[in-house]
Amino acid sequence: MSKKGKTLFVPDAPFRPGDKPDFSNLNLPEAGSSDKPEISVDPSEIRDLAFGLVRVLDDDHKAVGSWDPNLKPSVLKEGLRHMTLLRIFDDRMLTMQRQGKLSFYMKSLGEEAVAIAQGMALRSDDILFPSYRQPGLQFVRGRNLVDMICHCITNSKDNVKGRQMPVHYSWKEGNLVSISSPVGTQFPQAVGCAMASAYKGEDNVSISWLGDGTAAEGDFHYALNFASVYKAPVILNVVNNQWAISTHRNFSSGEATFASRGIAYDMPSIRVDGNDFLALYSVTNWAAERARKGEGATFIEVFTYRAEAHSTSDDPTRYRPKDEWKSWPLGDPLERLKLHLIELGEWSKTDQNKLEKELDELVIKSYKEAEKYGTLNEGPWASEETLFEDVYKKPPRHLRKQRQELGI
Amino acid sequence: MAQMNMIQAVNSALDIILEKDSNVCIFGEDVGYFGGVFRCTDGLQSKYGKHRVFDSPLAEGGIVSTAIGMGINGLRPVAEIQFADYIFPAFDQITNELAKLRYRSGGEYSAPVTIRTPSGGGIRGGHYHSQSPEAYFTHTPGLKVVIPSNPHDTKGLLISAIEDDDPVIFFEPKRLYNGPFDGDHKKAALKWDTHPKGEVPEEYYSIPLGKASIEREGSQLTVLCYGTMVHVAREAVKLSGIDAEIIDLRSLVPLDIDAITKSIEKTGRCVIVHEAPKTSGFGGELSAQIQESCFYHLEAPITRVTGWDTPFPHSLEWYYFPSQERVIEAMKKTMES
Ligand SMILES: Cc1ncc(C[n+]2csc(CCOP(=O)(O)OP(=O)(O)O)c2C)c(N)n1
Ligand SMILES: [Mg+2]
Repeated sequence: MSKKGKTLFVPDAPFRPGDKPDFSNLNLPEAGSSDKPEISVDPSEIRDLAFGLVRVLDDDHKAVGSWDPNLKPSVLKEGLRHMTLLRIFDDRMLTMQRQGKLSFYMKSLGEEAVAIAQGMALRSDDILFPSYRQPGLQFVRGRNLVDMICHCITNSKDNVKGRQMPVHYSWKEGNLVSISSPVGTQFPQAVGCAMASAYKGEDNVSISWLGDGTAAEGDFHYALNFASVYKAPVILNVVNNQWAISTHRNFSSGEATFASRGIAYDMPSIRVDGNDFLALYSVTNWAAERARKGEGATFIEVFTYRAEAHSTSDDPTRYRPKDEWKSWPLGDPLERLKLHLIELGEWSKTDQNKLEKELDELVIKSYKEAEKYGTLNEGPWASEETLFEDVYKKPPRHLRKQRQELGI
Repeated sequence: MAQMNMIQAVNSALDIILEKDSNVCIFGEDVGYFGGVFRCTDGLQSKYGKHRVFDSPLAEGGIVSTAIGMGINGLRPVAEIQFADYIFPAFDQITNELAKLRYRSGGEYSAPVTIRTPSGGGIRGGHYHSQSPEAYFTHTPGLKVVIPSNPHDTKGLLISAIEDDDPVIFFEPKRLYNGPFDGDHKKAALKWDTHPKGEVPEEYYSIPLGKASIEREGSQLTVLCYGTMVHVAREAVKLSGIDAEIIDLRSLVPLDIDAITKSIEKTGRCVIVHEAPKTSGFGGELSAQIQESCFYHLEAPITRVTGWDTPFPHSLEWYYFPSQERVIEAMKKTMES
């Protein structure tokens, strides 16, 4: 073996603290420039969708092109309301976390459209397998805010009995499957869930989300392969928000698009502007309809940007330029939907201010109400005997004995 | 000598070994530019270059499998798994591949991989940031398993682990990173500068794997423990008034059975403490080995104080985490029988 005089290539993020972010080289096709195919389309005919970007809202805040879902203003307003609530809720929870009232928190800032638009495009019997970054799905399905807060502050009314860290919701009634910390595990489970719907002859679909970083896990590939092989009625989303924790998405995809991976699995694979409520709604609705008609799985890359820290445990200024989000060319999803409604003559700044005030009060009121059931630091929490419950359906003898040892 | 916490001790060990051996490289999730979510590799990438200390894709199975490949081709990789709770996607590569490579190739191939991973509870991390999965690995022939309890041992043991030609799983009890923790969560957190083992030589030194440390000498009873539980046991012994000998195992495989036997021959009584669940926990193995090696010296049944056979909870963490009170109670019971 002769020496090459070089060494191992290791990529780096394009911009680090101190750099001026410049996204001018991103390939961002015009809104309305890609065509919406028939749901019966052969995946091989729409491969370009994996390299482009489905966009509906243009720079003048108008909805354009064949992907426009033509939603009624009332639906748009509902979406705006949920997104605004999510942002206010996140802000409040973060503040409470900083005061030591939550052990941990993760925000959705900059990605609110993902959970809200995609959630709204589904039926309520469709089964959700989110990551920790889509709590907004619960607003769409009408979950009681107090219940969500009780989970986050880990009190006696937390329906998961204080067993998980905050934002690891579970909500059976809303068909939202328990969120796990080990990333990516939900992806192939969603496929199995969809396989069961097909098996039972039911027409509900399953949907899952994971992040750009997580798309490097083996579970990602299991999911795509099984979904493709069994034509499972599932929608698989990679939320490419550019960052894992400090690791840039180029450690997950190189320079390729995530969506292009779906092509190799013979699936319709669509890259969509994740900050465009209408585009997200439309693509998800298309995928759900396909799945319901038995045409199989769709793979979606949701192209967005994680505007906040990964979680309350990290400080992003250590690994990326402070204002990188401000340079993000696809803007703020909430602003964009709001400006679209204003452009339609259906909304105004005053309406938005009123809405924000109303929701802020709602969140504060709900928080106060939740604290009646206990707090993280003072309790009451789920009672001590719950420690031994749900390990098995019925506690076996050794667990009953251990419970006695603890004196409860 | 310098004052170091456990994070700095890890960093110092890695720094020295990177300097000493150009075949050592370090990688894992967020370890490169950022320096690790616990900052254990802080500053090392800028000092040694991107090809020596680097970020990996978020894929534990990928991290361990590529580390094995590097090891096969002459490197000495140190892989970080961000939390021990996330080691399981790599379980197949660790237990079926890394552990068995030397054996299945008749000694032709091996991979001197070290896997560092923060483990254990006490940080309000719920069940996915608190587990102590050491027993899965002690049960797999071919792996060495090390768990330090203080900065001084951390550095010396980590250097030995990396220099060892066998694969080593190196668990770092994360509750101890910034200071000793005796289980009393209501007390103000201590820093390592209040502890003698926070004194760490700045230069190279190693502590052999498979050698326990006598944390406290005593005559009436032997407490076997490792990691965070060493500090819980120490405080419990102090409060109990029992003259117990505390052995910090430091390395579970290989195990210093001689030190254990010697102590129990002296005391005749034994309490085992670990955070991991009881059933099939390492305490079961210890108990069996003790009765094999010194049954006739035992004056009382061996007692285990462990985590319950449940997942590690979040809000009820302190009902799960083995407390000083439970250790004291077990010692008293052992003394009475
Ligand atoms: C199996 C596993 N490995 C590591 C982690 C630690 N971890 C939690 S989130 C995260 C980054 C995830 O990034 P990405 O998939 O891009 O999702 P995002 O947070 O951006 O939504 C890491 C490394 C984990 N939770 N699970
Ligand atoms: Mg991400």
